[in-house]
Amino acid sequence: MHELSIIYSILETAEQEVQRHGEDSMVETIELEIGELAGVEISSLEFLWPAAVAGTILEKAVCNIIRPPGKASCGSCGHVFGIKQYFDPCPQCGSHWNEIINGEELRIKSLTITCAQPAVAVATDTN
Amino acid sequence: MCTTCGCSGNGHKLTAFAAFKKPASTAGITLEGPGVMVEETPVTNYSPAATLTAPAPTKTVVELERDILDKNNRLAERNRGFFEARNILALNLVSSPGSGKTALLERTLADRGDRQRFYVVEGDQQTARDAERIAAGGAPVVQINTGKGCHLEAEMVRQAILELKPASDSILFIENVGNLVCPSLFDLGEACRVVVISVTEGEDKPLKYPDMFRSSQLCLINKTDLLPYLKFDLEALKNYARQVNPALEFIEVSATTGAGMETWYEWLERKAREVCI
Repeated sequence: MHELSIIYSILETAEQEVQRHGEDSMVETIELEIGELAGVEISSLEFLWPAAVAGTILEKAVCNIIRPPGKASCGSCGHVFGIKQYFDPCPQCGSHWNEIINGEELRIKSLTITCAQPAVAVATDTN
Repeated sequence: MCTTCGCSGNGHKLTAFAAFKKPASTAGITLEGPGVMVEETPVTNYSPAATLTAPAPTKTVVELERDILDKNNRLAERNRGFFEARNILALNLVSSPGSGKTALLERTLADRGDRQRFYVVEGDQQTARDAERIAAGGAPVVQINTGKGCHLEAEMVRQAILELKPASDSILFIENVGNLVCPSLFDLGEACRVVVISVTEGEDKPLKYPDMFRSSQLCLINKTDLLPYLKFDLEALKNYARQVNPALEFIEVSATTGAGMETWYEWLERKAREVCI
């Protein structure tokens, strides 16, 4: 069940970022990019998420997951094609030699952090 | 809290054997990349009315674009640098439980221990039984118990090598937790990943667990002495594995009879030479 490790890695990174924004900061939205070939089971991730983030800065965060589909470049004929599984052959020449272009992403794209009491409030008198 | 499984305490524990002491505490390194910050609601105006209300919450979008396993990957690169600098061939042995990884290591150490220095890191959820088997053969070994964790991570290996202190020009075997799924995602800093499959398993395992076969460089097919008693198609296994990873090498062995082990030792010698910098 490596999805729990994945969540704790996400949480650790998010906590580091939130600390820079002062006390009372929370994550409102977190955007993840997990490719369809990344080896992560999204249903497991979703199942574990609420329990794993309870009591943390991610507890109330909305988690958006972008799922880039697999795309490969054939090592034999150069054809670029959609790939669901590593063992899918090139539809043009049948070769299994391929290079994955997309679909292995495993990334935190962005965090939206809200801070009730801004650490630094900049007031500008425009008069 | 354990970062692997969420259990309380350290989660995993390290057991040293023979002359090896418990490790000093090892502070983790903090690795941070530059995040691009885009302020959405900067305070631009000041008016007397504003002083009567609580400050509005600010909202900041941090465009992080960081690999989720960034920390593990960086620690793995650090391990890799350590191995390369000392001319140590580090191999990550992965398989399902019961494929014979420990038996393969026992045989390897017994056959080649007189001409090559070996070190072993054993990963299991519980017990030090595997490490005891290895230690009985005379090789320095550290056992990592992952608790409820299903795989080794780079930090665990880092702690283990601090303990083992492997000498230069040696070979380090890292026997991962028996699991064909989870360890595939976690780089430990190894030079090569070796997937072990025994002929008592199904030929179609590479298709069922493609990630592990995709990320490995060598496939050791073990227990070939049992082939006469089984309906196992070796060529079908290789074909399925090549569909997932056409570059995968194969060596057929029997850790029990020793058949094919010379080919494995030649592979080890070749890789040990290649790792030289």
